[in-house]
Order: sequence, then structure tokens, then C-alpha cells
Amino acid sequence: MPNSKSAYSFSNKKEKFDTHIIVVWVDNEAGVLARVVGLFSGRGYNIESLAVAQVDEKLKISRITIVTTGTPQVVNQIKLQLRKLVPVHKVADFKREDKAVIFKEMALFKIVGPNIKLEGALKACKKYNPVLLDKTKKSNVIQITALRREIDKMSKDLKKFGLVSVSRTGAVAMTRGADIFK
Amino acid sequence: MSKLYSGAEIVFKCMEDQNVDHIFGYPGGAVLPIYDELQNFKSIKHVLVRHEQGAGHAAEGYARSSGKPGVILVTSGPGATNVVTALTDAYMDSIPLVCISGQVPTHLIGTDAFQECDTTGITRPCTKHNWLVKDINDLASTIHKAFEVATTGRPGPVLVDIPKDIQFQKTKYSKPKKEKKLNGKSHNHFNQNSIDELIELMSKSSKPIFYTGGGVINSGPKASELLRELVYATGFPITSTLQGLGSFPGDDNQFLGMLGMHGTYEANNAMHDCDLMINIGARFDDRITGKIDEFSPKSKKVHIDIDPSSINKNVKVDLAIVGDVKTVLSSTLKSLKQKNSKFLKSNKQKTSKWWEKIQKWRSVRSLDYIGSEETIKPQYAIERLYELTKDKDSYITTEVGQHQMWAAQHYKFNKPNRWMTSGGLGTMGYGLPAAVGVQVAHPKKLVIDIAGEASVLMTIQEMSTAVQYNLPIKIFILNNQYMGMVRQWQELLHDKNYSESYTAALPDFVKLAEAYNCVGIRAKTPEELDDKIIEMLNTDRPVIFDCMVDKVENCFPMIPSGKPHNQMILGPKDQENQKITGKGKSLV
Repeated sequence: MPNSKSAYSFSNKKEKFDTHIIVVWVDNEAGVLARVVGLFSGRGYNIESLAVAQVDEKLKISRITIVTTGTPQVVNQIKLQLRKLVPVHKVADFKREDKAVIFKEMALFKIVGPNIKLEGALKACKKYNPVLLDKTKKSNVIQITALRREIDKMSKDLKKFGLVSVSRTGAVAMTRGADIFK
Repeated sequence: MSKLYSGAEIVFKCMEDQNVDHIFGYPGGAVLPIYDELQNFKSIKHVLVRHEQGAGHAAEGYARSSGKPGVILVTSGPGATNVVTALTDAYMDSIPLVCISGQVPTHLIGTDAFQECDTTGITRPCTKHNWLVKDINDLASTIHKAFEVATTGRPGPVLVDIPKDIQFQKTKYSKPKKEKKLNGKSHNHFNQNSIDELIELMSKSSKPIFYTGGGVINSGPKASELLRELVYATGFPITSTLQGLGSFPGDDNQFLGMLGMHGTYEANNAMHDCDLMINIGARFDDRITGKIDEFSPKSKKVHIDIDPSSINKNVKVDLAIVGDVKTVLSSTLKSLKQKNSKFLKSNKQKTSKWWEKIQKWRSVRSLDYIGSEETIKPQYAIERLYELTKDKDSYITTEVGQHQMWAAQHYKFNKPNRWMTSGGLGTMGYGLPAAVGVQVAHPKKLVIDIAGEASVLMTIQEMSTAVQYNLPIKIFILNNQYMGMVRQWQELLHDKNYSESYTAALPDFVKLAEAYNCVGIRAKTPEELDDKIIEMLNTDRPVIFDCMVDKVENCFPMIPSGKPHNQMILGPKDQENQKITGKGKSLV
């Protein structure tokens, strides 16, 4: 539409996108996830992955971990907009490169094939704390915990061993050392 | 106290404790228990509208003109969906509304019951917060919380959805908690250092400007007083957004008029060339900034706003002061008096060249238009309306379009809360019901809806409400038979392809007025205009005034698409020059 005369403005800026992990503490009440997710979709922010569960039974607090990409300005807006939501208690934000924070995702792989392939698959997962959750003569279910890109890679690499199904979570995060998110 | 109250009674008990005196609503199946109780609460008056959107806009008009939250009561399903436009409008313009909606009984939720809809789902993105009350014991605290959320911080609409069975159930009533704490969200986050920095910037600046918005109005009348004090103490020029009109006197010499797409030449050029911009309660909206990359390139920018998410959203600023306008202004004035009591004197010299430049821009007289003796020019109609009403402390609402911009340009406001217009959402049909709400809040005052014939037809049914409650609102229609702003854009930007912007079968507005049992007046020539306006003002009943204006007049000045502030198109004369060179076309 560059020739349209009646558009008030065009965006032609190309800015660098950073990947951020946003952690949100919310009251675990009806519709709270819809509020958070609706904020992202309504304002055009990205969600790469999402993990949510109640972490404090007594106070009914849930912890939502969202992996998102955006320009610094957009990421700043995401934080500020989230803080405005009534059930939101606090918001933390980390760059994916941040060394002081651990990020992990979990994946389940189902491998179907002859024994030699099942063993090959388990071996290939060795670096990522594989746990054999289920085993039959023809199949394995392997659990690994790793970074997103590592799981991406394993999802490809395991194909040759007879990978038939993948299930994976969004990332969760925790600071290293004795410090906690403030 | 062990007295038990039904959910319906609790709704009104809460309203009593929140000092609600008027609610705007429309009954229906899912709110009948609440309507049953209405008669038992004499301090709360119900205004029956003709469509729930009208209830929403009336509540907005009530809220904006009184500073109190507007309260709406609607039924489930279509009742709730009809009010969505008004909620969105209030969300965009930061107007405190509390909407109570009925819902089907809890055991029927999710079964596609009659008049069921996912009200909290639908209104989630257009409210500050909403609640579905599934336990009678939560009802009172939820409604009190709703009022608190609507009125604190950056105000906005909230909705409480109450299933019908909850309205029947009984429980104890609990009064609102006195302590106001919003989930740890306080509103003033600035410290003295920021104020000192602001004063430092102000004393260094030789080309300063205040750019003020609706936040000043929302902060209360005291904020407008403090703003005036600050502007006079500094001698700086001031411009205002559409929503901020009235916070500073429109006829004062320091006021440059409104800025933005249809703002004055002097305001926009001053914004572009300034070296210090002090934004007070405005949000760098796209209709204000024009082309964002070239927005005020040489200035230091200060942003005072109660909403942290407004800071650096559209425009990066050098100094952000997050807080209530009133509090920030009073701190600023205090510091200014302590540190630099002779600010005005010391600064006059520094800004004298700036004022000379501004006078030059002013001399362009960008709001001028070519008058006519045969047809009523719309600008002339507003000018006359202003001249004949300026001593009356009148309240003006508008619809959306050319008439709205002409009203903003030519009607001068001297007080806050006198100007109610749909800015953010741009809702055609806003003005008439808003006028109903304003008149409810101010029964003795003159309330005029400056309207366009296309907009007003969207909510014309509310004339019936005005007549029922003897609300003598004046609907002043600038009738050009076109959706004027659409027509203008088509003329200037879409090769004069006037696709669907002409209304071929308009009603006879005078007869329409008579049908509603109010008064219709028509003015056709400039000569008779004054007399007709006076006739309208002397009528103590609702009036529809059909002002037949020039059909093809355009609203100037205008910042054309994708252009910065310093590339405005001025009136018809300027345009002709541009047409000759061919340069004008590329400008648009």
C-alpha cells in the first residue's frame, strides 16, 4: 500500500527483536489467563511459549512464564501493560542470554521401532537428562529437560530413530544463586 | 447486624454507599430482580434509555461533566453487547463507568441459554477489569472494588456481571473498606529530583511549550487551576489536545489553540520547532503526532502521566514523571516558587523571540474560512453559537466528524468538564445520549450537542429519553447531507470518489422533532441564523435544530497523511496555490 494517500502513517522501521522471558505472578482466579493472553493478542505482541500453574496454594498465586520477542520498546510496553492488570502482583523480565537465570523446557518423545533404534534414541538424548518413562518391546517414551533450541534439535535428530510423537512444555525460569525474583 | 439482604438489594446498598444518585439503564429478564428493588431505594434515580448504547454514552456524559463515575444497568445478552461500544469509548477516553449487567442463572451458564452471552469474555478487552459474581458472599465487595478500580489511577470502565440466581440469594451486607489500596498499585511514582529536573529544563528553555490533555480534566478542577497558575507563572505558550480543551481558557493569549490533525498552524508549528515540550496528561496519540519519525525533532520531552504504560509508548521522552497531574503540578509550583520566584521575569527575555515566531504563525490565521451570504458556513454557525452562548456556562457534547473538529476549533472553552466528545474511539452517535447524561447531572445548565446529521441518526432514539425526563437538551445539527469527514477524505485523498458518503433519504428533522414531541427549528440562511439560535436558547424543552450548512465545506487546517506537524494544508486559498504547482497533490 505504499501509494495509498489516505493512510495516516506507515511503519518502515526495522528494529532488532530480542527474546525475553516474562514471569508474571497473578491471582489464580477465573479468566486470569485469558486476561494475560488477551493482552498479548490484542496488542499484537508475540508469545513463543507459555507455562502456567499455581505455585502457592494458600495465597492462590499462579506463576505464568511467557517467552516473547519484541523491540525494547515493545518489551517495555508488555511489562507496563501487564502491571496494570488488576490480578497481577508482579512482573519480572529476563533476556534469554541472561546468565543469572536458568531456563528449562521439558519434552516427551515417543519412539516406535526395533530395539536398536530405541537404544539409539536414548543414547542421542544423553546430554539432556533422559528419563525412560515407558518401555515396551516396540516403543519408548523418553522425557528430557533442555533449552528450547536443544529440544528443537532433538525433535529433528530423533526422526531417524522412529520418533512418532512430541509433546513439550513452555519454558520455566528460575534465578541462580540465593536471590529470588523481586 | 444479622439482617440478610438479597443480591438485588445489595446492588442498591452498594450504590447508596458509593453516593450514586443516577443510573442509566434498560430492564430485561436477567435483571428483573434488581429492577424490582429500584422503588425501595429512593435516593437512586433511574433514567430509562431507548438503547443500551445510549445508557453507556449518557453515563459517560454524566461522568465527564460531574467528575463522578457513571453507572449503567443492563440485562444479559443483547443488553450487554449493546453497551460494548460505550465501554470501549470510555476505555479509550479514560472515563470512569460502572456497568452492572444481568446474567443467566449460574446453572445455565455455558448452555447457550436464552439471552446468554459470555459478557465478561466480550468486555474483557474494553474494561479496566470485570467480574462474574458466582457467589453471593462476594457481591458487595466486588461492587465496591468495581467503583474503586473505575475511579482510581487512570479512570476507566468496569463491569460486574451478576447471574439472576445470585440476585435472589441472601446474605449479609458489608460496607466498603475505607482504606484505598489497589493491589499495591499506587499512582504517584515521582520524587523531588524529577521536579527539580523539570524546573531546570524549564529555566534553560528558550522555545518551550505546554502540551496538555484529558489527564488534566480527569485529575479534577483543582488540576486546571494549578495548570493556569503554572502557565501564567512561566509565560510559556500552551496547546491542548481535543480532550484537554477547557483546562486552560480558550480565549487566553497564551493559548495557541488545539493541536494535531485539525489543530491550528501555530500550535503544530510550535510543537515541531520547540526545544522543550511538557506533556501534561496527554498520550502522544497518532492524530496528535502526525508522522512519528519527524515529530518535534529538536525538543527535550517531558511526560507527566498517571499511567506508566503511557510513557515511551509512542514517543520516547527525556523525563517521565508518573503521577496524578494535580499532585505533580502542585509540587512543581511549590518548587518553582521556592527556587525561582522570579521565573517569569528572568524568562521573558529568553522566550521573546519564540513568541515573535509564534505571532508570525498566528498571523496566518489558519482557522479562517471564506464566508458566504447565501449559505451558512458551518464554521460561522459554530462561531455564532459560541457568541450567543458564551455567557451561559454551557456544556457542549459532539458527535464525530467535521462538526466535531469545527466545534473544537471555534467554540472557546474556559472551564474544565464543559466539553464532552468521543476522541479515542471516535464514536458517531455519542453526542446525543452524552447530552442526556450531562443534563441529568446539571439540570439547570444549557447543554448543547453539536452534531452532524449522519452521526445523530445513529442514536436519535434517545430524544425520546430527553422528552420523558424533561431534559431540555439542544441538538444543534450541522446538516450538510454528507458524512462530511468521509466526504472530505474522499475529495482530498481518494480522487473524489464519493463512495456511499451521501445520505439520500434524510428525515425532515423538524418533523422528527415534532414526532418526538419536542421542538424543531430550521435555519437556512446566515441572515436568520442568530434569531433561530436565540429562539432555540429561549426554548425550555428539548430542541432539534436543523442548521442547513454548505454541503462541500472542508475542515482545515489539516495535517495530511504521513506528514509531520510543519507540513499542514491550510484553507482553500492555500490549496488552490498548491493545485497550480501540482506540488499540493503530492503533499496530500
